[in-house]
Parts: sequence; C-alpha cells; structure tokens
Amino acid sequence: MRFAPTPDQLELAGAVRELLTDACPPEVVRTAWGPEGDKARTTLWRQLADLGLLGAMVPEDDGGLGLTEVDLVPLFVEVGRAAVPLPVAETVAVLAPLLAAHGSPELGPLVAGDLVGTAELAGSGILPWAGCSDRALVRSGAELRLVDLTGVDLEPVTTVDGSRAAARIPSVAGASLTADPAETERAWLRGALAAAAQLVGLAHRQLDLAVAHTRERKQFGVPVGSQQAVKHLLANVLLDLRFCVPVVQRAAVSLAAGAPEARAHVAAAKAMTSDMAGRTARSTIQAHGAIGYTVEYDLHLYVKRSWALAASWGNVAHHRAVVADSLGLPPAVDPSALPWEATR
Amino acid sequence: MDLTWSPAEEAFRAEARAWLEANVPRGLPSGDTREGFAAHLEWERKLFADRWAVVSWPERYGGRDASLWEWLIFEEEYYRAGAPQRVTQNGIFLLAPTVFEFGTPEQQDEILPKMAAAEQLWGQGWSEPGAGSDLAAISSRADKIDGGWRINGQKTWTTRGAFCTHLFGLFRTDPEASRHAGLTYLLVPLDTPGVTVRGFGRLDGDEGFAEVFFDDVVVPDSAVLGGVGQGWSVAMATTGSERGLTLRSPGRFLAAAERLRALAVERAGSLSASARDGVVDAHLRAEAYQLFTLAQVTDLVEGRKAGAESSLNKLYWSELDIALHETALQLLGPDAEVDGPWSRGHMFSLSGPIYAGTNEIQRSIVAERLLGLPRK
Repeated sequence: MRFAPTPDQLELAGAVRELLTDACPPEVVRTAWGPEGDKARTTLWRQLADLGLLGAMVPEDDGGLGLTEVDLVPLFVEVGRAAVPLPVAETVAVLAPLLAAHGSPELGPLVAGDLVGTAELAGSGILPWAGCSDRALVRSGAELRLVDLTGVDLEPVTTVDGSRAAARIPSVAGASLTADPAETERAWLRGALAAAAQLVGLAHRQLDLAVAHTRERKQFGVPVGSQQAVKHLLANVLLDLRFCVPVVQRAAVSLAAGAPEARAHVAAAKAMTSDMAGRTARSTIQAHGAIGYTVEYDLHLYVKRSWALAASWGNVAHHRAVVADSLGLPPAVDPSALPWEATR
Repeated sequence: MDLTWSPAEEAFRAEARAWLEANVPRGLPSGDTREGFAAHLEWERKLFADRWAVVSWPERYGGRDASLWEWLIFEEEYYRAGAPQRVTQNGIFLLAPTVFEFGTPEQQDEILPKMAAAEQLWGQGWSEPGAGSDLAAISSRADKIDGGWRINGQKTWTTRGAFCTHLFGLFRTDPEASRHAGLTYLLVPLDTPGVTVRGFGRLDGDEGFAEVFFDDVVVPDSAVLGGVGQGWSVAMATTGSERGLTLRSPGRFLAAAERLRALAVERAGSLSASARDGVVDAHLRAEAYQLFTLAQVTDLVEGRKAGAESSLNKLYWSELDIALHETALQLLGPDAEVDGPWSRGHMFSLSGPIYAGTNEIQRSIVAERLLGLPRK
C-alpha cells in the first residue's frame, strides 16, 4: 500500500505546470475566445508536442512516453488548472492510444503535433474543439469512427465556454476504427477520467483566485476573507476538492490495471468531480462578489470550462446511476402515489 | 500508487476477521446506559484477553505492535463485523496517544496496561459550562499545595462520565496567566474525596453525559501529565487524533454505507429517486473518506505531517454521517419515528459536528491554516 504519486509522476506534472504557467496564462485562454484564437492555439499545441505530452499514453516503441492512466492524472490536473483551450485530453487520453493500438498512420503526425484530434462519444451531437481540430473520433452506435475534418464545412455552435470552438458533428461517415465494446468502453472511461482530473485542476484555480481576491479586497475596513462567512464558504470548497482527489486517483489505478471495478470507480470520480465543480463555481463567484460576475475578470474562464467538462463525458446523473447499478440498487420508485394507491 | 495489501497484511486481516466472526456478541444494550456499559465492559475484556483491544500498542501493554495500516485494517474488519461500540475509546484513542508522547515511564506503566484491560475507564474533562468551543476559557482551577494540587470547579458533557473510573482534563494552575497559558493537564481518579459525578441524558435520552464537580479535590504531583503550565500544547496533541483518523476510522462509515445499501434493497418499495441518490452519495463519500485516509497514512508513514489536515477529516466524516442517516430515515418512511438503530444513529450523528471542536471552529482552522485567509 502506497497511495501517493511517485516522485517521477510529481516531477512530470511539475514540468507540465511550469510550461503551462508560461505558455497558457489566462490571456491565452481569453485569446482563444476571440478571432485571434487560432494563432495562440497553434503555438501552445507545438509546445505540448515538444514536451512529448501528446504521446504520453502511446507505447515507447511507437514514439510515445508509454505512460499509464495513473501517470496522467497529475498531468490533466495541470491541464485543467490552466484551462488549456485545446483538446489535450481527447488527443492524449482517448485518440492517441486508440490509433496506436490499431497501427494507424495518423498516429505519427498526431503525436508530433502536426494534427489536432478531438473526440465526442456521449452522442450529444456537439463536437467540442471542432474548430481547432483536424481529426475527430465520433461514435456511431457501438462503433468508433475517425473523421477527417479537413475541408469539412462545420456548423459552429455557440457554447458558454467560448474557447471550446464547438460545432455540430458533421455528417461525414469517416473510417471505422473499432467496434469492440471493451475498447470503446475503455476510450470512454479514459475520456471521463481525464475530464475528472481537469475538473480538480480547474477547481484549484478557482479557489486560488478566490483566496487571493478575498485576502486583498477590503470592505468595512477589513479583508473580506477575514469574515467568517467568507472563510467558511471557501473552506467548504477546499473540503469538497480535497476528497475528490483520491477518488480520481483510484479510478486511474483501476483503469490502468484493467480491473473490473474500473467502470464504477471512474463513475465515482466523474460524479464527484462534476458535482464538486458546480458548487465550486457557485462559491468562488460568490466570494468575488460583483467582480466575479463579469467577463473582464479571469475567474469566468475557469468557471465556464468546469461547467463544460461537468456536462461532458457523462454528467453527474449518468455517473451516479452507474455507481447505483454497481451497488445493485433497485430502480427508483415514484413516491407520489397515496398510500392506498400504491401498487407494490 | 499501490492500492494492494501485502500478504502479511492480508493474513492480519484474515486473523482479525475470523476472531471477530467467532466472538462478536449480538444485541448488546446501549453502552451509554448503566446496564449496557457493564455488558460492553465484558466485551472490552474479551478483546483485551485475545489482544485485540489496542492492536497498535506495544506488546508489553497488551497490543500487537500493529502498523497504522494494520490498525486501519482492524478497524475495517471491526465495523464490518458489526462489533459493539468501544466504550473505552476516550481513553484508548484520546488519552493514550498523549500518555505515549508526554507521560513519564511510571505514568505509562501505571496507566496504559489498566486502560487496555478496561480496568481503568477514562472520561474526558475538557468542556465546562462556560468553556465549550472556547476551550481556553476554562475556569476550573488547581492550586498548588505541598506535594500536589487542590482542584475546584466543574466539568461537563463528559461522555459516559457516570460510568468511568478516571478523568483526564485541563485545569487552570496559574490564575494570573491568560487563557492558553497557565493550564495544566491532570489525571484524576473519580473516587477521590470531593468528586461528585452526576449523569444526565443526551439527545437520545441515554445517560451518556455527566457533569463532574470538584470540591477541594486533592491529587498528587504525579497526576500532572506533560508539565505544569503546559496543558494547552499537551491537549492539542490529542485534539489532532480526536479530529482525525483515530476517533473515526473509515471502516465505521464503509460499514454504515453498506448497511444503508442493504436497507435500500430491503425497502425497494420506498426507494425514491432522491433516496437512491442519497444511498449512492453515502457510498461515494464513505469510499472517498477511506481513500483520503489511505493517502494520509501514506504521508504519515513517509514522514509528512498531517497538522491542520485533521480538520478536513472531521468535517467530512461528521457531515457524511448525518447525510447517511437522513437517507436511512427517508427509506424507513413512517417507521422513521420508531426508536431503533437508525433513529438513534441519526441522533448520534448530530453530535458529530459539535464534539471534538465544532465544525464552525474546524472551518475557520481550514480557512486560516490551509487556505491562508487572514485571522482578522
């Protein structure tokens, strides 16, 4: 038993954090919302490729780092903390390992940073990051298909997080990649795990902003953060967040080991982090007062990404239901019937 | 990341499980009543006889020198087996760590074996009518006399105080010093002349509380634990263990979440969508608490101190416990008002955010020490 990241894992996460602090400050996320977004994204994607991050889950023989889901959690926490406006999770955790498993010729350019790959498996009809991606992994029934987005006329969708560059999933068939249910499920679970880890990082960022703000901001002659009501509001955010972290880590351990519990453990992680994300956003906006209720201040960049990720890769309701099934819970009954009308 | 147990740890688990399966008594009356307490003492002595009372203590005091990991395993098995509440816990989990850290060898040899054997039963004497969350407002005093101390004052809300034989507590030994200074940690046999103990009912009606009056109670110098005037820092060492792991191990909540799951299956006809959510939530949070403690023990084993982190534990398990019982009452429908384990458990859960430092105090600690928000 040793339930802590290894020094290697911490070192890698530290390197990513260092890179993203410089390469993906709030201004870059903000730029990604606007017309100049593409240039900023291209530079950032190149930097991530140079670090080797894009091939993190690709076997070393195929030019990757050969890392596992367990190694990836601290990396995606950092990607979340920086709200990187690119499909890092989709490329690294979902698409690249699948392409590697199938010996796809697209793998090399993807890992090298010459291609950007996104993915959407929930069946929402909306493809996040479509506007900045070259390839998309989409689902048709139980089959996963790889769509080449080059030259495809996309129908953009305005989303709350304006950096998402979303579009309707184009009606292009694409090439079948796999129809193996186990492989499809694994891709889905990896995407959900990566989203959960990003939600942890996003919450950290929102809390850091709220703490910094409430230490500085004075009302009634004292820092607002010295008021007990504000302290307790933010203490609850940390509490929520800290107990999500080990649940996300365990999900990664189970997924990497191919354990039968992986599905329930990933569901636990995504349910808890999605739930936590909603509370964190609400509390950190509140802690900022009217300043938090603007698009001029940085907080909204992280709040909105966390809303997007809480709803993606299965929302709270979906993942809670998966956990309920794993517990063998009977279906819910409608308790509205009067006692003498009850059918059971 | 390694979430597996070693063969030795698995063997320890198997041994504990087998012993508990063979020995756990069923249907004991509440340990917070006079009759029930006696029945629980019998169980405590059985635990001690087979060296399961204090697994993490050294063998010479009746323990097994178990590691923190093994202690967690034992606790999991203990609650999984539905074993009785530990009526000795305030001694074993709150006083003992302090005795190990601050006690003289004589005090250790005198106190620990009898505590483990449930011969000396310890109650906590911290709170006073005027000093609850504001522990430093303690006014019960001990005045220096030749060879010892003379105590006057009152303690209250002492858990199972009416059935205990001894009390550990904080007393003001320097009336000139302000608040945290001038306090001394004293160990007092409750049969000392001048001590009056009066039990009273908690929220559930059981005589689980007592107030303790001291009228010119004389104790020897050897009753001081950890140095005259050092009471505050000595006491803080136990608040860490009380809030954190040792008072409420994850096994307790894993077992409760499993009982809730079984109740939901049994009461499928009243499993509304919200109750179903509540069952899932209890399970998720109990597991989160377990995983959090596994990370915490890893840190402790590798020499990283927990400190104010224990406030997070306390906040989490106390709120989880209430939510879990509220869901159970929902599942019970009209039967929720019947006096039984769930309604009693619910009432007990409401004490969680109060004892060991209220959750309001804990939140302020988290905000100031972990987040760095200004004190004032």
